Amino acid sequence: MEAKAGVIKNADGSAMFKMGDTIAYAAVYGPRDLYPKFMQNPKKGILRCNYNMMPFSGSGERVRPGQNRRAKEISMVTEKALLPVLELEDFPNAVVDVYVELPQTDAGSRCAGICAAAIALADAGLVMKDMIAAVSVGNLDGNIVVDLDKDEEDFEGPVADIPVAIIPSTGQITLLQMDGEITPEKLVKALELAQETCMRINEVQRKALKDKYAGE
Amino acid sequence: MEGIQVQDRAIITPGEVIATGMDYIPSMGTYRDKERIIANKLGMVHIEGRAIKVIPLSGRYMPKVGDMIIGQVIDISMSGWRIELNCAYSAMISLKDATSDFIERGADLTQYYNLGDYMIAEIVNVTSQKLVDLSTRGPGMRKLQGGRIITVNPNKVPRVIGKQGSMVGLIKDATGCRITVGQNGIIHIQGTPKQEMLAAETIHKVEQESHFSGLTDKIKAYLEQRVKEMQLDPTPLIIDEPPRERPMQQRRGPPRFSRGRR
Amino acid sequence: MIIPEAREHLLRALREGLRFDGRAAHAYRPIEITRNITKNAEGSARVKIGDTEVIAGVKFEVGTPFPDKPTEGSIMVNTELIPFSSPEFESGPPGIESIELARVVDRGIRESKAIDFKKLCIKEGEQAWIALIDIVPLNASGNLFDAFALAALVALRETKFPALVDGKIDYHQSSGKPLGVEKKPIAVTVHKIGDILLIDPTREEEHLCEARLTVTSMENDVLCALQKGGDGPLTVDEITAMVTLAIEKARELRKLI
Repeated sequence: MEAKAGVIKNADGSAMFKMGDTIAYAAVYGPRDLYPKFMQNPKKGILRCNYNMMPFSGSGERVRPGQNRRAKEISMVTEKALLPVLELEDFPNAVVDVYVELPQTDAGSRCAGICAAAIALADAGLVMKDMIAAVSVGNLDGNIVVDLDKDEEDFEGPVADIPVAIIPSTGQITLLQMDGEITPEKLVKALELAQETCMRINEVQRKALKDKYAGE
Repeated sequence: MEGIQVQDRAIITPGEVIATGMDYIPSMGTYRDKERIIANKLGMVHIEGRAIKVIPLSGRYMPKVGDMIIGQVIDISMSGWRIELNCAYSAMISLKDATSDFIERGADLTQYYNLGDYMIAEIVNVTSQKLVDLSTRGPGMRKLQGGRIITVNPNKVPRVIGKQGSMVGLIKDATGCRITVGQNGIIHIQGTPKQEMLAAETIHKVEQESHFSGLTDKIKAYLEQRVKEMQLDPTPLIIDEPPRERPMQQRRGPPRFSRGRR
Repeated sequence: MIIPEAREHLLRALREGLRFDGRAAHAYRPIEITRNITKNAEGSARVKIGDTEVIAGVKFEVGTPFPDKPTEGSIMVNTELIPFSSPEFESGPPGIESIELARVVDRGIRESKAIDFKKLCIKEGEQAWIALIDIVPLNASGNLFDAFALAALVALRETKFPALVDGKIDYHQSSGKPLGVEKKPIAVTVHKIGDILLIDPTREEEHLCEARLTVTSMENDVLCALQKGGDGPLTVDEITAMVTLAIEKARELRKLI
């Protein structure tokens, strides 16, 4: 696991987050003017997330550029994962744009993206109740595991891939998806493992922010 | 565990607990959750008596009444000028707030401020929807002509200005540039190309190292070294000024015949 | 918006030999090249020129050769100016700025014959390799032409064919065989402002320039691609001066590869 804050100069806030072989970059621009105008809300601002895999990032074929359905869905769950800690009333009529770009993926990309995005939002000076950390947990052949890689995801036996995002101070869950097979009891165990792991991930996230200003 | 959990001047991240107990007061950049005071912004902890603050290190400018800012004209309409402030919200200077001259209906507004002009102005009103009103009537406010515009992180503006203008004054004296700093992070520099280059370089240096202590001395030494290296002549340029707005309050005694300008 | 004052101001500084960042008019910002920056691509590179940072990645596909060129494979260059890299870029399909960049980089590689397309043939008339080159900016701060072209070239030089198993690509195995890029075509863009020529402009400087010429040259100083851009016209003398400057700069850049 590796994280760095402030890696994209043009952005208001940015970060790189690496988990295993998956590398995610996040760039935050905003609050800034929102177009199209009809989207403006005089009571509160909006958070707009855009998730994209670079064409050469996947371990198989080239990924055709352009927002496919999977990317659109991930963009949406990323937004929902980050919203609960943000204060949208602080920037009415405006938008905070979060761009997640992945130059290298090996499963767990949406979680890596969310981890990077949370660092970038803090780096951008936005008001946040807390940060968000995310990790994929799963059920691999009966065992509860954390952070599956692509080979494990593609396992032929019973497997479940469960991306989870968490608010570290409360343990509340802001992203939960699952595909595969798992019993309700194992699910609870998996979620507990996710909460524990996210606390450790969150330490790495905070360190990245503090390291940016280190040297005092 | 009661008390303050972190050191003064420590870097803190959102969601981190700064202090526990009801003795402390959450100030800017913090909030209270039961007995805990928690940071809600990335910044530097500042403890002043019982008040706990987080001074932000980043973040785009948010317009505040009373701030002097530098803006650029992006649109002119019948009722005034629309100004870009380098933040999420643009601002308006209405006819009555531009100058104490009487502007006739249908007058050519570009003779006051044209598209692309920069000016220093004061924020006189910010609505709940963040609509901003500016005024350029008043001391020190004027169109900024010539020179160069640079942008810095608005959170670093206090550092760039320094206590009672000491930091910016240091740079002005060493380079001979005229420097006007907007609270929104826009800075206007005017001098010879060499002078402007050193002034811009130094301002960016202050911006990068703003959270270190002993900065004023460091910058003083840096300027001395660079002026020598560049063989810089710090004589200020003579600049032709457009007529300034004369604020009513500064006149003393009965009004006299005004000669020359105006 | 461009204010005539801003342009005059830069010209004044340039006449004293000073750019806003203190560089000489013909100097590049510091350049950093990292090879094989991303694992899953068959070849990749990251190039930094000052604050501009870009990544190029090469992926292979197999396809049928064109009927008129049965013994050749092909390449395709694609760029995307992602809003991630600059507040000036918008979401959506590639605009003309992005397309021009891709086509100029493509021309440089193709016309220099840096890649022998016959080497991309697998089975005459039936199967051939297609090399797909994608270039993406991480931080766009001016001079994307030179950065993109350099990143694409370095990525291609690092590229190895993946293993071919029963006519299908096994991306998890490398064949170990390099694509084999023998030439080093280098693109240098020269910008003109007033009577001054600039190399490696920042975004701010790019906005103030009235014309540019991207010159791609090879090791023997022969030109293989040209592209003029910008709203202002160029005289033959100006073009000659720009070409001479570009060739000189290309020699410098080539040493970095």
